[in-house]
Amino acid sequence: MADGMGIPARQPAVPRLRRSRGRDPLGLRRALSDRLLPALVAAMALLAALALAGSRGAAELTARWEGGAAAAMTVQLPANAGAARLARGLAALEAMPEVTRAQPMDQARMAALLRPWLGEAPAMALPVVIELQLAGLPVAPEALARRIAAAVPGASVESHGVWVARLVALARSLQAVALAALALVAGIAAAVVAVAVRAGIAARREAIAILHDLGATDADIAGRFAQRAGWLVAAGAAAGTLLAVPVLAGFADLAAPLLGGQPAESMLDWPWTSLPWEALAPLPLLAAGLGWLTAQVTVRRWLRRLP
Amino acid sequence: MVRFEHVGLRYGTPAGSGQPGQGKPSLAPEVLRDLSFTLPQGSFHWLLGPSGAGKSSLLALMHLALRPSRGEVEILGHRLAGARRAALPALRRRIGVVYQDFRLLPHLSVFDNVALPMRVAGRPEAQLRADAAEMLRWAGLERKLTALPATLSGGEQQRVAIARAVVMRPALLVADEPTGNLDGPQARRVLALLQEMHRLGTTVVVATHAETLVAEHPGPALWLAEGRLVRHG
Ligand SMILES: Nc1ncnc2c1ncn2[C@@H]1O[C@H](COP(=O)(O)OP(=O)(O)OP(=O)(O)O)[C@@H](O)[C@H]1O
Ligand SMILES: [Mg+2]
Repeated sequence: MADGMGIPARQPAVPRLRRSRGRDPLGLRRALSDRLLPALVAAMALLAALALAGSRGAAELTARWEGGAAAAMTVQLPANAGAARLARGLAALEAMPEVTRAQPMDQARMAALLRPWLGEAPAMALPVVIELQLAGLPVAPEALARRIAAAVPGASVESHGVWVARLVALARSLQAVALAALALVAGIAAAVVAVAVRAGIAARREAIAILHDLGATDADIAGRFAQRAGWLVAAGAAAGTLLAVPVLAGFADLAAPLLGGQPAESMLDWPWTSLPWEALAPLPLLAAGLGWLTAQVTVRRWLRRLP
Repeated sequence: MVRFEHVGLRYGTPAGSGQPGQGKPSLAPEVLRDLSFTLPQGSFHWLLGPSGAGKSSLLALMHLALRPSRGEVEILGHRLAGARRAALPALRRRIGVVYQDFRLLPHLSVFDNVALPMRVAGRPEAQLRADAAEMLRWAGLERKLTALPATLSGGEQQRVAIARAVVMRPALLVADEPTGNLDGPQARRVLALLQEMHRLGTTVVVATHAETLVAEHPGPALWLAEGRLVRHG
Protein backbone atom coordinates (compact mmCIF):
# COMPACT_ATOMS: atom_id res chain seq x y z
CA MET A 1 0.00 0.00 0.00
CA ALA A 2 1.17 3.49 -0.76
CA ASP A 3 3.04 5.22 2.02
CA GLY A 4 0.98 8.31 1.52
CA MET A 5 -2.28 6.55 2.17
CA GLY A 6 -3.82 6.30 5.57
CA ILE A 7 -1.03 8.37 7.10
CA PRO A 8 -2.60 11.39 8.78
CA ALA A 9 -0.16 13.67 7.01
CA ARG A 10 -0.22 17.36 7.78
CA GLN A 11 -1.89 19.47 5.15
CA PRO A 12 0.81 20.19 2.59
CA ALA A 13 1.55 23.83 1.95
CA VAL A 14 -0.18 24.74 -1.27
CA PRO A 15 2.26 26.74 -3.38
CA ARG A 16 1.12 30.23 -4.16
CA LEU A 17 3.72 31.62 -6.50
CA ARG A 18 3.14 28.91 -9.06
CA ARG A 19 -0.38 30.09 -9.47
CA SER A 20 0.28 32.35 -12.42
CA ARG A 21 2.30 29.62 -14.09
CA GLY A 22 -0.48 27.13 -13.65
CA ARG A 23 -2.68 29.52 -15.52
CA ASP A 24 -0.36 29.25 -18.50
CA PRO A 25 -0.16 25.49 -19.06
CA LEU A 26 0.82 25.96 -22.69
CA GLY A 27 3.79 28.13 -21.72
CA LEU A 28 2.59 30.81 -24.12
CA ARG A 29 4.50 33.52 -22.33
CA ARG A 30 7.60 32.06 -23.96
CA ALA A 31 6.08 30.47 -27.04
CA LEU A 32 4.45 33.76 -28.05
CA SER A 33 7.16 36.08 -26.80
CA ASP A 34 6.60 39.69 -25.94
CA ARG A 35 9.49 40.91 -28.12
CA LEU A 36 9.13 40.37 -31.82
CA LEU A 37 5.37 40.39 -32.31
CA PRO A 38 4.66 43.67 -30.45
CA ALA A 39 7.63 45.34 -32.20
CA LEU A 40 6.37 44.34 -35.63
CA VAL A 41 2.84 45.33 -34.75
CA ALA A 42 4.07 48.69 -33.40
CA ALA A 43 5.75 49.44 -36.73
CA MET A 44 2.57 48.53 -38.57
CA ALA A 45 0.38 50.53 -36.21
CA LEU A 46 2.61 53.54 -36.88
CA LEU A 47 2.06 53.08 -40.61
CA ALA A 48 -1.65 52.56 -40.08
CA ALA A 49 -1.92 55.72 -37.99
CA LEU A 50 -0.10 57.70 -40.68
CA ALA A 51 -2.33 56.28 -43.38
CA LEU A 52 -5.42 56.94 -41.31
CA ALA A 53 -4.45 60.52 -40.55
CA GLY A 54 -3.41 61.04 -44.16
CA SER A 55 -6.78 59.90 -45.33
CA ARG A 56 -8.46 62.18 -42.79
CA GLY A 57 -6.32 65.15 -43.83
CA ALA A 58 -6.99 64.57 -47.49
CA ALA A 59 -10.71 64.39 -46.79
CA GLU A 60 -10.53 67.65 -44.87
CA LEU A 61 -8.66 69.43 -47.66
CA THR A 62 -11.13 68.05 -50.18
CA ALA A 63 -14.09 69.38 -48.25
CA ARG A 64 -12.41 72.75 -47.87
CA TRP A 65 -11.41 73.18 -51.46
CA GLU A 66 -14.51 71.75 -53.02
CA GLY A 67 -16.40 75.02 -52.51
CA GLY A 68 -13.79 76.83 -54.56
CA ALA A 69 -14.15 74.34 -57.35
CA ALA A 70 -17.90 74.77 -57.64
CA ALA A 71 -17.54 77.43 -60.32
CA ALA A 72 -14.65 75.88 -62.10
CA MET A 73 -14.43 78.79 -64.56
CA THR A 74 -15.62 82.37 -64.66
CA VAL A 75 -15.95 84.55 -67.73
CA GLN A 76 -15.72 88.30 -67.32
CA LEU A 77 -17.26 90.81 -69.73
CA PRO A 78 -16.40 94.52 -69.69
CA ALA A 79 -18.65 96.67 -67.53
CA ASN A 80 -20.07 98.45 -70.50
CA ALA A 81 -21.22 95.26 -72.18
CA GLY A 82 -24.92 95.63 -72.75
CA ALA A 83 -27.69 93.19 -72.11
CA ALA A 84 -27.67 92.06 -75.73
CA ARG A 85 -23.99 91.23 -75.60
CA LEU A 86 -24.49 89.37 -72.33
CA ALA A 87 -27.30 87.33 -73.86
CA ARG A 88 -25.20 86.48 -76.91
CA GLY A 89 -22.33 85.49 -74.67
CA LEU A 90 -24.53 83.25 -72.52
CA ALA A 91 -25.99 81.58 -75.61
CA ALA A 92 -22.55 80.98 -77.06
CA LEU A 93 -21.27 79.55 -73.79
CA GLU A 94 -24.21 77.24 -73.26
CA ALA A 95 -23.80 75.96 -76.77
CA MET A 96 -20.37 74.62 -75.85
CA PRO A 97 -20.46 70.90 -75.01
CA GLU A 98 -18.21 71.26 -71.91
CA VAL A 99 -20.52 73.80 -70.29
CA THR A 100 -23.55 72.52 -68.39
CA ARG A 101 -24.67 75.90 -67.13
CA ALA A 102 -23.69 79.54 -67.61
CA GLN A 103 -25.14 82.09 -65.22
CA PRO A 104 -24.37 85.75 -64.72
CA MET A 105 -23.37 86.57 -61.18
CA ASP A 106 -26.02 88.63 -59.45
CA GLN A 107 -24.96 92.31 -59.45
CA ALA A 108 -26.19 92.78 -55.89
CA ARG A 109 -24.10 89.83 -54.70
CA MET A 110 -21.05 91.15 -56.50
CA ALA A 111 -21.56 94.59 -54.99
CA ALA A 112 -21.73 92.97 -51.58
CA LEU A 113 -18.52 91.08 -52.28
CA LEU A 114 -16.73 94.22 -53.34
CA ARG A 115 -18.13 96.52 -50.69
CA PRO A 116 -15.08 96.35 -48.43
CA TRP A 117 -12.90 97.66 -51.23
CA LEU A 118 -15.20 99.96 -53.15
CA GLY A 119 -17.49 101.35 -50.52
CA GLU A 120 -21.25 101.50 -50.30
CA ALA A 121 -22.06 102.96 -53.70
CA PRO A 122 -19.35 102.14 -56.18
CA ALA A 123 -18.78 104.97 -58.55
CA MET A 124 -17.45 102.71 -61.24
CA ALA A 125 -19.59 100.23 -63.10
CA LEU A 126 -18.94 96.65 -62.14
CA PRO A 127 -17.93 94.12 -64.77
CA VAL A 128 -20.32 91.36 -65.74
CA VAL A 129 -19.17 88.00 -64.43
CA ILE A 130 -20.55 84.72 -65.77
CA GLU A 131 -20.04 81.60 -63.68
CA LEU A 132 -19.64 78.40 -65.64
CA GLN A 133 -20.45 74.93 -64.44
CA LEU A 134 -18.52 72.41 -66.46
CA ALA A 135 -19.60 68.89 -67.29
CA GLY A 136 -16.26 67.58 -66.04
CA LEU A 137 -12.77 68.76 -65.36
CA PRO A 138 -11.34 70.00 -68.69
CA VAL A 139 -8.31 68.07 -69.86
CA ALA A 140 -6.73 71.27 -71.24
CA PRO A 141 -8.19 74.29 -69.45
CA GLU A 142 -6.03 76.75 -71.40
CA ALA A 143 -7.37 75.52 -74.73
CA LEU A 144 -10.93 75.74 -73.41
CA ALA A 145 -10.26 79.28 -72.20
CA ARG A 146 -8.96 80.26 -75.64
CA ARG A 147 -12.04 78.83 -77.34
CA ILE A 148 -14.32 80.66 -74.91
CA ALA A 149 -12.46 83.90 -75.57
CA ALA A 150 -12.93 83.34 -79.27
CA ALA A 151 -16.63 82.53 -78.88
CA VAL A 152 -17.35 85.50 -76.66
CA PRO A 153 -15.46 88.50 -78.02
CA GLY A 154 -13.93 90.75 -75.38
CA ALA A 155 -14.28 88.17 -72.60
CA SER A 156 -11.48 87.34 -70.20
CA VAL A 157 -11.50 83.83 -68.75
CA GLU A 158 -10.49 82.92 -65.22
CA SER A 159 -9.82 79.23 -64.64
CA HIS A 160 -8.20 78.98 -61.20
CA GLY A 161 -11.16 76.86 -60.15
CA VAL A 162 -9.94 74.19 -62.52
CA TRP A 163 -6.73 73.91 -60.57
CA VAL A 164 -8.58 73.74 -57.32
CA ALA A 165 -10.67 70.95 -58.78
CA ARG A 166 -7.49 69.17 -59.86
CA LEU A 167 -6.15 69.44 -56.32
CA VAL A 168 -9.41 68.05 -55.03
CA ALA A 169 -9.14 65.10 -57.40
CA LEU A 170 -5.56 64.57 -56.24
CA ALA A 171 -6.58 64.73 -52.61
CA ARG A 172 -9.34 62.22 -53.30
CA SER A 173 -6.95 59.74 -54.85
CA LEU A 174 -4.53 60.28 -51.98
CA GLN A 175 -7.36 59.42 -49.66
CA ALA A 176 -8.08 56.25 -51.61
CA VAL A 177 -4.39 55.30 -51.56
CA ALA A 178 -4.24 55.91 -47.81
CA LEU A 179 -7.24 53.67 -47.22
CA ALA A 180 -5.74 50.98 -49.44
CA ALA A 181 -2.49 51.24 -47.46
CA LEU A 182 -4.51 50.86 -44.27
CA ALA A 183 -6.16 47.70 -45.58
CA LEU A 184 -2.78 46.36 -46.67
CA VAL A 185 -1.23 47.05 -43.27
CA ALA A 186 -4.14 45.27 -41.59
CA GLY A 187 -3.66 42.28 -43.89
CA ILE A 188 0.07 42.12 -43.19
CA ALA A 189 -0.56 42.42 -39.47
CA ALA A 190 -2.97 39.48 -39.61
CA ALA A 191 -0.39 37.47 -41.56
CA VAL A 192 2.33 38.30 -39.01
CA VAL A 193 0.07 37.20 -36.17
CA ALA A 194 -0.79 33.99 -38.00
CA VAL A 195 2.89 33.18 -38.52
CA ALA A 196 3.71 33.92 -34.88
CA VAL A 197 0.82 31.77 -33.69
CA ARG A 198 1.83 28.91 -35.95
CA ALA A 199 5.35 29.09 -34.57
CA GLY A 200 3.84 29.04 -31.07
CA ILE A 201 1.78 25.98 -31.95
CA ALA A 202 4.84 24.22 -33.32
CA ALA A 203 6.75 24.99 -30.11
CA ARG A 204 3.91 23.71 -27.92
CA ARG A 205 2.62 20.84 -30.01
CA GLU A 206 3.01 18.27 -27.25
CA ALA A 207 1.47 20.50 -24.56
CA ILE A 208 -1.49 21.19 -26.85
CA ALA A 209 -1.94 17.46 -27.46
CA ILE A 210 -1.88 16.80 -23.70
CA LEU A 211 -4.43 19.51 -23.00
CA HIS A 212 -6.60 18.15 -25.79
CA ASP A 213 -6.38 14.63 -24.34
CA LEU A 214 -7.31 15.96 -20.90
CA GLY A 215 -10.57 17.21 -22.38
CA ALA A 216 -9.77 20.79 -23.31
CA THR A 217 -12.11 22.12 -25.97
CA ASP A 218 -10.89 23.78 -29.14
CA ALA A 219 -12.39 26.99 -27.80
CA ASP A 220 -10.29 26.68 -24.64
CA ILE A 221 -7.00 26.08 -26.44
CA ALA A 222 -7.66 28.64 -29.16
CA GLY A 223 -8.81 31.11 -26.50
CA ARG A 224 -5.47 30.85 -24.67
CA PHE A 225 -3.57 31.67 -27.84
CA ALA A 226 -6.02 34.38 -28.85
CA GLN A 227 -5.87 36.08 -25.48
CA ARG A 228 -2.09 36.15 -25.51
CA ALA A 229 -1.94 37.32 -29.12
CA GLY A 230 -4.61 39.95 -28.47
CA TRP A 231 -2.65 41.45 -25.56
CA LEU A 232 0.63 41.46 -27.43
CA VAL A 233 -0.95 43.10 -30.46
CA ALA A 234 -2.77 45.66 -28.32
CA ALA A 235 0.47 46.61 -26.58
CA GLY A 236 2.36 46.88 -29.86
CA ALA A 237 -0.40 48.85 -31.55
CA ALA A 238 -0.69 51.25 -28.62
CA ALA A 239 3.05 51.92 -28.76
CA GLY A 240 2.97 52.42 -32.53
CA THR A 241 0.01 54.78 -32.35
CA LEU A 242 1.68 56.82 -29.61
CA LEU A 243 4.80 57.10 -31.75
CA ALA A 244 2.68 58.38 -34.61
CA VAL A 245 1.15 61.23 -32.61
CA PRO A 246 4.08 63.71 -32.70
CA VAL A 247 4.69 62.89 -36.36
CA LEU A 248 1.07 63.64 -37.16
CA ALA A 249 1.06 66.84 -35.13
CA GLY A 250 4.11 67.98 -37.10
CA PHE A 251 2.34 67.23 -40.36
CA ALA A 252 -0.76 69.05 -39.21
CA ASP A 253 1.41 72.05 -38.41
CA LEU A 254 2.92 71.95 -41.90
CA ALA A 255 -0.54 71.72 -43.42
CA ALA A 256 -1.95 74.57 -41.33
CA PRO A 257 -1.44 77.24 -44.02
CA LEU A 258 -3.41 75.11 -46.49
CA LEU A 259 -6.33 75.19 -44.10
CA GLY A 260 -6.16 78.90 -43.55
CA GLY A 261 -4.01 78.81 -40.41
CA GLN A 262 -0.47 79.70 -39.42
CA PRO A 263 2.50 77.40 -38.71
CA ALA A 264 3.24 77.26 -35.00
CA GLU A 265 6.28 78.82 -33.36
CA SER A 266 7.10 75.78 -31.20
CA MET A 267 6.10 72.15 -30.87
CA LEU A 268 3.90 73.05 -27.93
CA ASP A 269 1.75 75.11 -30.24
CA TRP A 270 1.36 72.34 -32.79
CA PRO A 271 -2.29 71.60 -33.45
CA TRP A 272 -2.39 68.64 -31.07
CA THR A 273 -6.09 68.89 -30.50
CA SER A 274 -6.93 68.88 -34.19
CA LEU A 275 -5.45 65.38 -34.68
CA PRO A 276 -8.04 62.76 -35.64
CA TRP A 277 -8.13 61.37 -32.12
CA GLU A 278 -11.45 59.63 -32.65
CA ALA A 279 -9.81 57.60 -35.40
CA LEU A 280 -6.48 57.02 -33.64
CA ALA A 281 -7.80 56.03 -30.21
CA PRO A 282 -9.61 52.86 -31.35
CA LEU A 283 -6.59 51.70 -33.38
CA PRO A 284 -5.01 49.54 -30.61
CA LEU A 285 -8.41 48.06 -29.82
CA LEU A 286 -9.15 47.24 -33.44
CA ALA A 287 -5.67 45.78 -33.86
CA ALA A 288 -6.17 43.64 -30.76
CA GLY A 289 -9.45 42.40 -32.20
CA LEU A 290 -7.72 41.54 -35.45
CA GLY A 291 -4.95 39.68 -33.60
CA TRP A 292 -7.43 37.83 -31.42
CA LEU A 293 -9.52 36.76 -34.39
CA THR A 294 -6.49 35.70 -36.44
CA ALA A 295 -5.18 33.59 -33.57
CA GLN A 296 -8.59 31.99 -33.05
CA VAL A 297 -8.89 31.01 -36.71
CA THR A 298 -5.29 29.81 -36.96
CA VAL A 299 -5.44 27.61 -33.85
CA ARG A 300 -8.90 26.21 -34.53
CA ARG A 301 -7.91 25.23 -38.05
CA TRP A 302 -4.82 23.49 -36.70
CA LEU A 303 -6.79 21.69 -33.97
CA ARG A 304 -9.07 20.07 -36.51
CA ARG A 305 -6.34 17.51 -37.16
CA LEU A 306 -6.77 16.15 -33.62
CA PRO A 307 -9.54 13.60 -33.03
CA MET B 1 -18.86 0.52 -19.21
CA VAL B 2 -16.63 -0.07 -22.19
CA ARG B 3 -18.04 -1.95 -25.17
CA PHE B 4 -16.23 -2.78 -28.40
CA GLU B 5 -18.07 -4.34 -31.32
CA HIS B 6 -16.20 -5.53 -34.42
CA VAL B 7 -13.73 -2.71 -33.99
CA GLY B 8 -10.93 -2.27 -36.49
CA LEU B 9 -8.18 0.33 -36.47
CA ARG B 10 -5.63 1.34 -39.05
CA TYR B 11 -3.25 4.26 -38.73
CA GLY B 12 -2.86 6.91 -41.36
CA THR B 13 -6.55 7.56 -41.81
CA PRO B 14 -7.70 11.15 -41.39
CA ALA B 15 -7.63 12.05 -37.72
CA GLY B 16 -10.93 11.70 -35.99
CA SER B 17 -12.89 10.89 -39.10
CA GLY B 18 -12.78 7.17 -38.61
CA GLN B 19 -12.92 6.87 -42.37
CA PRO B 20 -10.48 4.65 -44.23
CA GLY B 21 -8.06 6.58 -46.47
CA GLN B 22 -10.01 7.69 -49.46
CA GLY B 23 -9.37 5.07 -52.12
CA LYS B 24 -5.66 5.00 -51.41
CA PRO B 25 -4.23 1.99 -53.21
CA SER B 26 -1.91 0.99 -50.32
CA LEU B 27 -3.90 1.11 -47.09
CA ALA B 28 -1.92 0.69 -43.90
CA PRO B 29 -2.65 -2.74 -42.38
CA GLU B 30 -5.16 -2.98 -39.57
CA VAL B 31 -3.36 -2.96 -36.22
CA LEU B 32 -6.57 -3.91 -34.41
CA ARG B 33 -8.85 -6.42 -36.05
CA ASP B 34 -12.44 -7.20 -35.27
CA LEU B 35 -12.34 -6.66 -31.52
CA SER B 36 -15.53 -7.38 -29.60
CA PHE B 37 -15.73 -7.33 -25.80
CA THR B 38 -17.48 -5.62 -22.92
CA LEU B 39 -15.92 -4.38 -19.68
CA PRO B 40 -18.56 -3.84 -16.99
CA GLN B 41 -18.60 -0.61 -15.01
CA GLY B 42 -16.36 -0.84 -11.97
CA SER B 43 -14.30 -3.79 -13.24
CA PHE B 44 -10.51 -4.17 -13.22
CA HIS B 45 -8.83 -5.69 -16.30
CA TRP B 46 -5.30 -6.40 -17.31
CA LEU B 47 -4.45 -5.84 -20.96
CA LEU B 48 -1.76 -8.32 -21.99
CA GLY B 49 0.09 -9.31 -25.10
CA PRO B 50 3.49 -9.18 -26.76
CA SER B 51 5.09 -5.95 -27.84
CA GLY B 52 3.40 -4.58 -30.95
CA ALA B 53 0.20 -6.54 -30.30
CA GLY B 54 -1.81 -3.32 -30.19
CA LYS B 55 -2.25 -2.66 -26.48
CA SER B 56 -1.45 1.05 -26.65
CA SER B 57 -3.63 1.41 -29.71
CA LEU B 58 -6.55 -0.25 -27.93
CA LEU B 59 -6.12 2.04 -24.91
CA ALA B 60 -5.95 5.06 -27.25
CA LEU B 61 -9.36 4.07 -28.59
CA MET B 62 -10.66 3.79 -25.03
CA HIS B 63 -9.52 7.27 -24.03
CA LEU B 64 -10.62 8.86 -27.32
CA ALA B 65 -7.19 9.73 -28.61
CA LEU B 66 -8.09 7.73 -31.71
CA ARG B 67 -11.35 6.90 -33.37
CA PRO B 68 -11.93 3.46 -34.85
CA SER B 69 -11.68 2.85 -38.57
CA ARG B 70 -14.65 0.52 -38.34
CA GLY B 71 -16.97 -0.99 -35.78
CA GLU B 72 -18.63 0.55 -32.76
CA VAL B 73 -16.95 1.77 -29.60
CA GLU B 74 -19.11 2.67 -26.64
CA ILE B 75 -17.47 4.45 -23.70
CA LEU B 76 -19.41 5.33 -20.54
CA GLY B 77 -22.68 5.07 -22.44
CA HIS B 78 -21.57 7.15 -25.44
CA ARG B 79 -21.37 5.56 -28.86
CA LEU B 80 -18.46 7.08 -30.73
CA ALA B 81 -19.33 6.18 -34.31
CA GLY B 82 -21.89 8.93 -34.67
CA ALA B 83 -20.52 11.26 -32.00
CA ARG B 84 -19.84 14.87 -32.90
CA ARG B 85 -16.27 16.01 -32.33
CA ALA B 86 -17.55 18.75 -30.03
CA ALA B 87 -19.09 16.14 -27.72
CA LEU B 88 -15.78 14.40 -27.01
CA PRO B 89 -14.02 16.85 -24.64
CA ALA B 90 -16.70 16.44 -21.97
CA LEU B 91 -16.35 12.66 -22.25
CA ARG B 92 -12.54 12.83 -22.10
CA ARG B 93 -12.79 14.62 -18.76
CA ARG B 94 -14.43 11.53 -17.29
CA ILE B 95 -11.52 9.33 -18.39
CA GLY B 96 -8.18 9.26 -16.63
CA VAL B 97 -5.10 8.25 -18.59
CA VAL B 98 -1.67 7.17 -17.39
CA TYR B 99 0.62 7.27 -20.39
CA GLN B 100 3.52 4.93 -20.96
CA ASP B 101 5.81 8.00 -21.21
CA PHE B 102 3.99 10.04 -18.48
CA ARG B 103 3.43 13.09 -20.71
CA LEU B 104 3.78 15.61 -17.89
CA LEU B 105 4.09 19.26 -18.88
CA PRO B 106 7.77 20.02 -18.32
CA HIS B 107 7.38 23.71 -17.48
CA LEU B 108 4.67 23.16 -14.85
CA SER B 109 5.29 22.18 -11.26
CA VAL B 110 4.08 18.85 -9.90
CA PHE B 111 1.19 20.65 -8.30
CA ASP B 112 0.15 22.44 -11.50
CA ASN B 113 0.44 19.25 -13.51
CA VAL B 114 -1.97 17.53 -11.16
CA ALA B 115 -4.27 20.56 -11.02
CA LEU B 116 -4.35 20.78 -14.82
CA PRO B 117 -7.33 18.48 -15.50
CA MET B 118 -9.42 20.47 -13.01
CA ARG B 119 -8.36 23.76 -14.55
CA VAL B 120 -9.21 22.40 -18.00
CA ALA B 121 -12.62 21.46 -16.62
CA GLY B 122 -13.05 24.99 -15.32
CA ARG B 123 -13.09 24.20 -11.59
CA PRO B 124 -12.81 27.28 -9.40
CA GLU B 125 -9.26 27.82 -8.21
CA ALA B 126 -10.24 27.82 -4.53
CA GLN B 127 -11.81 24.33 -4.80
CA LEU B 128 -9.22 22.63 -6.89
CA ARG B 129 -6.23 23.52 -4.72
CA ALA B 130 -7.36 21.35 -1.85
CA ASP B 131 -8.23 18.45 -4.18
CA ALA B 132 -4.88 18.55 -5.96
CA ALA B 133 -3.00 18.77 -2.69
CA GLU B 134 -4.93 15.83 -1.27
CA MET B 135 -4.31 13.76 -4.38
CA LEU B 136 -0.58 14.46 -4.19
CA ARG B 137 -0.56 13.42 -0.55
CA TRP B 138 -2.37 10.24 -1.54
CA ALA B 139 0.38 9.57 -4.08
CA GLY B 140 3.08 10.31 -1.49
CA LEU B 141 4.32 13.44 -3.24
CA GLU B 142 3.50 16.08 -0.65
CA ARG B 143 7.16 17.13 -0.48
CA LYS B 144 7.45 17.64 -4.23
CA LEU B 145 4.65 20.08 -4.93
CA THR B 146 6.81 22.79 -6.42
CA ALA B 147 9.30 20.51 -8.17
CA LEU B 148 9.48 20.40 -11.92
CA PRO B 149 8.98 16.95 -13.50
CA ALA B 150 12.53 16.80 -14.82
CA THR B 151 13.87 16.85 -11.25
CA LEU B 152 11.87 13.76 -10.22
CA SER B 153 12.78 10.09 -10.37
CA GLY B 154 10.95 7.85 -12.83
CA GLY B 155 8.78 6.39 -10.07
CA GLU B 156 7.89 9.85 -8.78
CA GLN B 157 6.99 11.02 -12.27
CA GLN B 158 4.85 7.94 -12.69
CA ARG B 159 2.98 8.75 -9.47
CA VAL B 160 2.47 12.34 -10.60
CA ALA B 161 1.01 10.96 -13.81
CA ILE B 162 -1.32 8.73 -11.81
CA ALA B 163 -2.36 11.58 -9.51
CA ARG B 164 -3.18 13.66 -12.59
CA ALA B 165 -5.16 10.77 -14.07
CA VAL B 166 -7.32 10.23 -10.99
CA VAL B 167 -7.72 13.76 -9.63
CA MET B 168 -11.02 14.21 -11.48
CA ARG B 169 -12.35 10.92 -10.01
CA PRO B 170 -12.70 9.46 -13.50
CA ALA B 171 -15.32 6.83 -14.29
CA LEU B 172 -12.75 5.08 -16.49
CA LEU B 173 -9.02 4.84 -15.82
CA VAL B 174 -6.64 3.43 -18.41
CA ALA B 175 -2.95 2.94 -17.68
CA ASP B 176 -0.36 2.03 -20.29
CA GLU B 177 2.63 0.17 -18.81
CA PRO B 178 2.34 2.16 -15.58
CA THR B 179 5.11 0.12 -14.01
CA GLY B 180 7.30 -0.06 -17.11
CA ASN B 181 10.45 1.60 -15.76
CA LEU B 182 10.00 0.88 -12.09
CA ASP B 183 11.62 -1.58 -9.71
CA GLY B 184 9.51 -4.09 -7.77
CA PRO B 185 8.55 -1.99 -4.72
CA GLN B 186 7.82 1.09 -6.81
CA ALA B 187 5.75 -0.97 -9.22
CA ARG B 188 3.70 -2.49 -6.41
CA ARG B 189 3.14 0.95 -4.96
CA VAL B 190 1.84 2.25 -8.29
CA LEU B 191 -0.41 -0.75 -8.70
CA ALA B 192 -1.82 -0.17 -5.23
CA LEU B 193 -2.89 3.29 -6.29
CA LEU B 194 -4.68 1.89 -9.34
CA GLN B 195 -6.42 -0.79 -7.30
CA GLU B 196 -7.50 1.81 -4.79
CA MET B 197 -9.27 3.65 -7.63
CA HIS B 198 -10.90 0.37 -8.65
CA ARG B 199 -12.21 -0.09 -5.12
CA LEU B 200 -13.69 3.41 -5.32
CA GLY B 201 -15.79 2.30 -8.30
CA THR B 202 -13.70 3.28 -11.29
CA THR B 203 -13.41 0.97 -14.29
CA VAL B 204 -9.67 0.29 -14.62
CA VAL B 205 -7.71 -1.14 -17.55
CA VAL B 206 -3.97 -1.68 -17.13
CA ALA B 207 -1.74 -2.69 -20.03
CA THR B 208 1.47 -4.35 -18.92
CA HIS B 209 4.35 -6.69 -19.73
CA ALA B 210 5.07 -7.34 -16.09
CA GLU B 211 4.06 -10.97 -15.67
CA THR B 212 5.20 -11.14 -12.06
CA LEU B 213 2.92 -8.25 -11.22
CA VAL B 214 -0.04 -9.96 -12.91
CA ALA B 215 0.79 -13.17 -11.10
CA GLU B 216 0.73 -11.33 -7.78
CA HIS B 217 -2.60 -9.75 -8.58
CA PRO B 218 -4.56 -12.22 -10.67
CA GLY B 219 -7.66 -10.83 -12.28
CA PRO B 220 -9.62 -10.78 -15.51
CA ALA B 221 -7.53 -9.96 -18.58
CA LEU B 222 -7.73 -9.19 -22.28
CA TRP B 223 -5.02 -10.97 -24.30
CA LEU B 224 -4.05 -9.37 -27.57
CA ALA B 225 -1.91 -10.90 -30.30
CA GLU B 226 -1.33 -9.26 -33.67
CA GLY B 227 -4.30 -7.00 -33.19
CA ARG B 228 -6.75 -9.75 -32.32
CA LEU B 229 -8.37 -10.60 -29.05
CA VAL B 230 -7.14 -14.12 -28.32
CA ARG B 231 -8.52 -14.54 -24.82
CA HIS B 232 -10.86 -12.68 -22.52
CA GLY B 233 -11.33 -13.72 -18.94
N1 LIG C 1 1.26 6.25 -34.71
C1 LIG C 1 1.35 5.08 -35.37
N2 LIG C 1 1.39 5.08 -36.71
C2 LIG C 1 1.48 3.92 -37.40
N3 LIG C 1 1.54 2.74 -36.82
C3 LIG C 1 1.52 2.65 -35.48
C4 LIG C 1 1.44 3.84 -34.69
N4 LIG C 1 1.42 3.47 -33.39
C5 LIG C 1 1.52 2.12 -33.38
N5 LIG C 1 1.57 1.63 -34.63
C6 LIG C 1 1.64 0.24 -34.99
O1 LIG C 1 0.55 -0.42 -34.41
C7 LIG C 1 0.95 -1.70 -33.92
C8 LIG C 1 0.55 -1.81 -32.48
O2 LIG C 1 1.28 -0.85 -31.74
P1 LIG C 1 1.01 -0.59 -30.22
O3 LIG C 1 1.84 0.56 -29.79
O4 LIG C 1 -0.47 -0.47 -30.03
O5 LIG C 1 1.54 -1.95 -29.58
P2 LIG C 1 1.74 -2.29 -28.05
O6 LIG C 1 1.02 -3.58 -27.82
O7 LIG C 1 1.36 -1.15 -27.19
O8 LIG C 1 3.29 -2.54 -27.99
P3 LIG C 1 4.27 -2.29 -26.73
O9 LIG C 1 4.01 -3.40 -25.77
O10 LIG C 1 5.63 -2.38 -27.32
O11 LIG C 1 3.96 -0.96 -26.17
C9 LIG C 1 2.43 -1.81 -34.15
O12 LIG C 1 2.64 -2.61 -35.31
C10 LIG C 1 2.88 -0.42 -34.42
O13 LIG C 1 3.90 -0.41 -35.37
MG1 LIG D 1 2.42 0.20 -25.93
